[in-house]
Amino acid sequence: MTTTHPTPDAIWTALAAVPDPEIPVVSITDMGMVRDVTVSDAGRVTVTFTPTFSGCPALHVIKGSIEQAVRDLGAADVEVRSTLTPPWTTDWIGDDARERLRQYGIAPPAPTGEGQLIQLDAEPTRCPRCGSLNVRMTASFGPTLCKRMYVCDTCREPFEGFKSV
Amino acid sequence: MTAGTHPLTDTQTQALIRRLTALADDEIILAHRGGEWTGHAPILEEDIALANIAQDELGHAGLYLTLRADLDGSDPDRLAFFRDPSQYTNTRLVELPKGDWAFTMVRQFLYDTFEALWMEAATRSTYAPLAEVAAKAVREEKFHVQHTALWVERLALGTPESERRTQAALTELWPHAAQLFQPVESEAELVHSGLLPDLNAVHARWTGLVTRHLTDKCGLTLPATPDTQPGRDTHTEHLAPLLAEMQSVARAHPTAELW
Repeated sequence: MTTTHPTPDAIWTALAAVPDPEIPVVSITDMGMVRDVTVSDAGRVTVTFTPTFSGCPALHVIKGSIEQAVRDLGAADVEVRSTLTPPWTTDWIGDDARERLRQYGIAPPAPTGEGQLIQLDAEPTRCPRCGSLNVRMTASFGPTLCKRMYVCDTCREPFEGFKSV
Repeated sequence: MTAGTHPLTDTQTQALIRRLTALADDEIILAHRGGEWTGHAPILEEDIALANIAQDELGHAGLYLTLRADLDGSDPDRLAFFRDPSQYTNTRLVELPKGDWAFTMVRQFLYDTFEALWMEAATRSTYAPLAEVAAKAVREEKFHVQHTALWVERLALGTPESERRTQAALTELWPHAAQLFQPVESEAELVHSGLLPDLNAVHARWTGLVTRHLTDKCGLTLPATPDTQPGRDTHTEHLAPLLAEMQSVARAHPTAELW
């Protein structure tokens, strides 16, 4: 009787339960961070993930969480690789995850599009609470590298918004 | 030494290491200067913004030094924390003391625009690992440029006092910015083979961009660009104390696993 290795599907399912350490309402698969899962005949599991922001301090945590989630399925031989190609984009955040971000009070990222490199106008943002476009950015940078601060002039609530990258 | 699909000659490898290290050193030193504002910026939002920008810069330094590690097996942490001032190859632009808010924003603007334009050009590098890093980092750099461009405008067109300070900062910093465009030894060969951006082309684009912003939009006066600048191996007296502080923890605990 040989041990059965976890299937790629089972691994994807397990990784879908690994939260983003800074935004626990979404998982690392929701965010599009997991790019590839392979299981060799010998049972070697390789997970390839892509970092969101290069200076993101959560990356070490995420790497460890991926490894732990796969080991919890009974895999002994696990390798977590990171890749930069193609570079991560907020366009990979799924619709379902965007809705959860919105309910959590974070305005989801606008589509990126390939705008000019130097553009001083930020993308339009909607208030996650009342849906108004009557919002003001109050800070271009926020509590994490991926977010900015806004206030809604319709419902008067401050909120965080995801940068589009 | 091979990397990607391009076998590099030894001369090319050494030149690439020099360029990657120069880029990383500028990022590390400027990030430290930005970090000095933590708790001291004019408003809380700017405290957070500069900390974010510094964090990105350290992330980019990490990317560059990881590329270097692939070439020579060096350890990024040891390079950052155990080299002496004489071994650092950053520009004088980034090591000058943080100065006032106008000085900080003008320096950041001059540097961020250079970095964004260089990275954008580097996305077309024939050296795939560099092209990948550049494609990643340039998206983050965009936010720095937007932020600091706006601050320079705000200060230059603000009060007589803010305008005076912004002009003084530009007058002092402009000659130093020229150093960003100095090639490292044997860089021309890498440019010729498509591995690195042509600094002259980047310089031309940069000059156009910053001139339009600083003079047309902000009404500032550009001082003359000096004919020559000392090399990246020549530092001011300000680098040694910066490194002494930055490296103190790592040097006090050289065998620590994490810091």
